[in-house]
Amino acid sequence: MATYSTNQFKNGLKIILDGDPCSITENNVVKPGKGQAFNKIKAKNLRTGRVLERTFKSTESVEAADVDEMNVEYLYSDGEAWHFMDPVSFDQYAADAVAVGDAVKWIKGQEVCVMTLWDGAPLVITPPNFVELAVAQTDPGLKGDTAQGATKPATLETGTEVKVPLFINEGDILKIDTRTGEYVSRA
Amino acid sequence: MLKNIRAFFDARSVLEVETPLLSHYATTDPHLDSLSSCFREQACYLNTSPEYAMKRLLADKPQAIYQICKAFRDDESGSQHNPEFTLLEWYRPGYDMQQLMAELAELVVNVFSDSAITPVFEYLSYQQAFEKVTGLNPHRVSASECYRFALADGVEIPQGLTVADDVDDWLDWLLTQRVLPAFNKQGFTFLYDYPASQCALARVENNAEQFAVAKRFELFYAEVELANGFFELTDADEQLRRFQQENQRRLQAGKPAVDIDQRFIAALAHGMPSCSGVAVGLDRLLMVLSSSKRIEQVLSFSWPLA
Repeated sequence: MATYSTNQFKNGLKIILDGDPCSITENNVVKPGKGQAFNKIKAKNLRTGRVLERTFKSTESVEAADVDEMNVEYLYSDGEAWHFMDPVSFDQYAADAVAVGDAVKWIKGQEVCVMTLWDGAPLVITPPNFVELAVAQTDPGLKGDTAQGATKPATLETGTEVKVPLFINEGDILKIDTRTGEYVSRA
Repeated sequence: MLKNIRAFFDARSVLEVETPLLSHYATTDPHLDSLSSCFREQACYLNTSPEYAMKRLLADKPQAIYQICKAFRDDESGSQHNPEFTLLEWYRPGYDMQQLMAELAELVVNVFSDSAITPVFEYLSYQQAFEKVTGLNPHRVSASECYRFALADGVEIPQGLTVADDVDDWLDWLLTQRVLPAFNKQGFTFLYDYPASQCALARVENNAEQFAVAKRFELFYAEVELANGFFELTDADEQLRRFQQENQRRLQAGKPAVDIDQRFIAALAHGMPSCSGVAVGLDRLLMVLSSSKRIEQVLSFSWPLA
C-alpha cells in the first residue's frame, strides 16, 4: 500500500479519506512556535465532489489513491453503461451511471471528456466546459416581447432543458456552459 | 520597518552583528528541520535561527547585540509560513525575562508609531492562559486528560494524535485550538513561563506554586505568533543533555539524529553571560502592520514563486 507522509502534502495530491479517493485542495501547516506541527487540509472527494476538512499530526502518513486523469472521447451509451475511448491507445472504458453523473446531460457523442480513473476503473466523467448542442424543441418567441433578459425553456437534443433567449428557434445550435448548465450564445 | 528597528537599537547602543547563514551543524530541535546544502561534497546546513552563532559571540564578548537575517526551515510553508523568512534576534546581557519582554513591547510600540494600530499588551502565564480556557493545569496534566477534555469540549482530534503521545503534543494542539483563539483579537499577548518540558534553550526555575517552569515567552498578535524569547540557559552540561534528549526524540519521531554543534557547547563552557534573548519573525510583524492575512502578501516572491 503506497502512502504519503504529511510533508509530501500539496495541492492536487490524491489520497484516500474515509475510503474514497480525494484530491487535496488546501494544505496548511499549523505550528505552534517550537512545538508539534499539524497539517490542516481541505480535500475534495473525487467521487462525491464534497469538500472535507481534516487535520493530521505531522509525520503521520496517509494512504495514497491511485488516481489518474485522461482525456477520452465519448462513443455511445448502451443504456447501462457509457462507453469512452482513449484517442491515443484506442483503449475503451465503460463508465456506469454513477461515474457519468450529470455529464450525461451534455454529451451526445465524440465530445472529449476528462475521465478520472481510480484503481483503473472510471470514477468520474467531466464533460468539456462548453458543448454545442441543437435545440430539439422550443416554443416560438412571442412577437414584440423584447423585455431584457426574458427567457423560455428549450429542450436540447440530449433531452436536457435549458433556459434560452426568446429569439432561439428549433434547430439552432447553442453553446452551453456545462459547469453552470447555462446558455452562452448561438454557436 | 527595518529603518525603525535599526534606529531603535542604535539609540540603545545595541550592536548590529552578522553571523553565517550556512553552518556545519543542523538544529537538534525535534520540531524543526534544517535545509541542507553541500560544500565540496560535505553536507552543510542553512540556519533555522542565528541563535547558536550569536551566543558564541556573546561568550566571546558580553555585550548587547542584534541581527536581522534570513532563517530557513524545511517543511514550513502555508498561509503563515515560508521556508525562508526574516528574523530579528537580539540578546541583552544582564536582562531577565521580564526586562526583555518590556523591551520587546517598546520595540513594537516604536514599529507601530506611524500606524493606525495603537498596540495594547496583555501578559498571561502559560498556566493562567490554559486554566482560564480549559480548566487544565498544563504543568501536571496528562495526555489522557487532554484527550478527555478534547472529547468533552468538541475539539477536533488530529489523525495520529493519541494518548500514547507526548503531553506536549497535546498541549500544542489545545493551545492552537482553544487558548490562542481566546486571546485579544486586536492586541498583543505575551505568553510566558512555559511548561519545563518545552524549555528549548531557556532556563528552568520553580514558580510560586513550585511547578518547574521554563523562563520562555512568546509574543502573539491575536493568534499569530510573532516572537519567542528565553532567559537563556548558560550551563553547557545541561545544554548538551538537552541536545542529546532532543536527538532521542527525533529518533522516536522517525527522524535522523543530527550532530550536536560542539562549537556552541564549547562556547557555553567557556562562559556565556547571564542574558535574555528573543527572535522576532519580521514577516509576521509586517503582516500585522499591513493587516495582511497571508504571508505571501508581505513577501516579494513567496516559496511557490521563488
